[in-house]
Amino acid sequence: MISANLSAIFYLVSGILFILALRGLSSPETSRQGNLFGILGMIIAITVTFLTVGNFSTSTIYVFIFLLVGGAIGAFIAFKIPMTAMPELVAGFHSLVGLAAVFVAISAFKNPEAFNLGIPGDIKLASLIEMSIGAAVGAITFSGSIIAFLKLRGIMSGSPITFPGQHIVNLLIGISIFVLIYFLCSSQSESFFWSMIAISFLIGVLLIIPIGGADMPVVISMLNSYSGWAAAGIGFTLENTALIITGALVGSSGAILSYIMCKGMNRSFFSVILGGFGGDASVSKDKKKDQKPVKSGNAEDAAFLLKNASSVIIVPGYGMAVAQAQHALREMVDTLKKNDIKVSYAVHPVAGRMPGHMNVLLAEANVPYDEVFELDDINNDFANTDVAFVIGANDVTNPVAKTDPQSPIFGMPVLDVEKCKSVLFVKRSLSPGYAGVDNELFYRENTMMLFADAKKMTEDIVKNI
Amino acid sequence: MEIDPFIFRFSIFILAIFVGYYVVWSVTPSLHTPLMSVTNAISSVIIVGAIIAALAGSSENIFEISSIFGFLAIVLAAVNIFGGFLVTQRMLQMYKKKKKNK
Repeated sequence: MISANLSAIFYLVSGILFILALRGLSSPETSRQGNLFGILGMIIAITVTFLTVGNFSTSTIYVFIFLLVGGAIGAFIAFKIPMTAMPELVAGFHSLVGLAAVFVAISAFKNPEAFNLGIPGDIKLASLIEMSIGAAVGAITFSGSIIAFLKLRGIMSGSPITFPGQHIVNLLIGISIFVLIYFLCSSQSESFFWSMIAISFLIGVLLIIPIGGADMPVVISMLNSYSGWAAAGIGFTLENTALIITGALVGSSGAILSYIMCKGMNRSFFSVILGGFGGDASVSKDKKKDQKPVKSGNAEDAAFLLKNASSVIIVPGYGMAVAQAQHALREMVDTLKKNDIKVSYAVHPVAGRMPGHMNVLLAEANVPYDEVFELDDINNDFANTDVAFVIGANDVTNPVAKTDPQSPIFGMPVLDVEKCKSVLFVKRSLSPGYAGVDNELFYRENTMMLFADAKKMTEDIVKNI
Repeated sequence: MEIDPFIFRFSIFILAIFVGYYVVWSVTPSLHTPLMSVTNAISSVIIVGAIIAALAGSSENIFEISSIFGFLAIVLAAVNIFGGFLVTQRMLQMYKKKKKNK
């Protein structure tokens, strides 16, 4: 048993270790150490909690058992999950944080004495508000993340689900949560508490279904942020500094990532949230009317072009992740390098389905991170490059974003791929990207389309070099 | 006049948001995926609440309704803690410099 003051100091220490964990991510060199700080912070927080409660009984044994069961499941997932499934995994993990927040709030509501919040039926007003906010945000995080998970996993279609009056309905439901919290606080009645949680689950679903597949990077960052605010809400209820600090860190981290993703698509945060943008590349119907000439080639042509180039920039996108082509791609690059060709990678901020998705896949394929460049760092190099090899990316290379104010993607920062002497575009068909916009690049003089599965095409090119 | 302790906690909260803001902007974009998985892991520090709730059951009946929710929350948070930190570690191991000096 340690004093409340001492344990508060320890919680502060673990909060600071969490800050250092994020700080470590400023460079890959320090990131592994940062992760260890995070683990240390977690160990301190858990140990201190045991010591503070100090009541070692049979319950303690059960706590350890449940801890180990959860831990074993988590460790199993962490080692088995393929890197291409990282967006789903993160969405799934967000849902667990959300649900855990709901459960802790329920425990606190049912047994407020354990947390020094008063007695059932007479919980302190501030605590009641805090736990309601924690539970509501947690519930939204949970059900929203489940929908995001289903969409990312492909179990649910990536196209937006919209219905008339959607925003009004959402708004009314949103308001009703506040109304229920108000009644809960004035009456302390359990039924208001349960209905508030149920409605929060519902709004989580309704908020995410209208958002299309292309906007998933924003959604996933946003849910990251929500899970933080839920944790902070519970932190206030439990009067726990570690939880408050962590909640604030995670909340702002998710918010910043959402902002970066929105900026990468030149979309306002609200237009993403309101949804209805981008489906499963289904908007191609009326585009077929003017069949413009397209130059297409095979692996041999591509190998010839690549072999005779002196510099190549690779532009990976979501298609590379789907085809699991990252290892084949690295093999191709190795072969090119043996022929003294300079190769670098250009990663657009919203390439893939979550922030940094492409970087992880390339790292998995043993691509050194100092060969991978961000949009701003590499965009001027396209003009002096012989070949751009676009694999699985589409909208992020579309020159229309710079030229046509009518286009829905106008103003989105894009990679200036068309400035290369020639462009190789690996794609399964001419279908437009997630934004539903035809890519003007396909019809350019210096573009050669390679119609094939990304992985197979890359392997064929390697054979032909 | 006493200051409500809530205000102190609120101050910590606001300051931590600012710390988070500056720290996260300094994260290199290539590590944004590990950033998400590690924030996931640390937000599971909510497990402290779950442990308190689970241990609060009386000795005759350790599975009261509130402690059951506590135990459930422990499992969920533990999945996240182990899963989150380990998968982050796994990802970070893959980030290497030029492969020749490996």
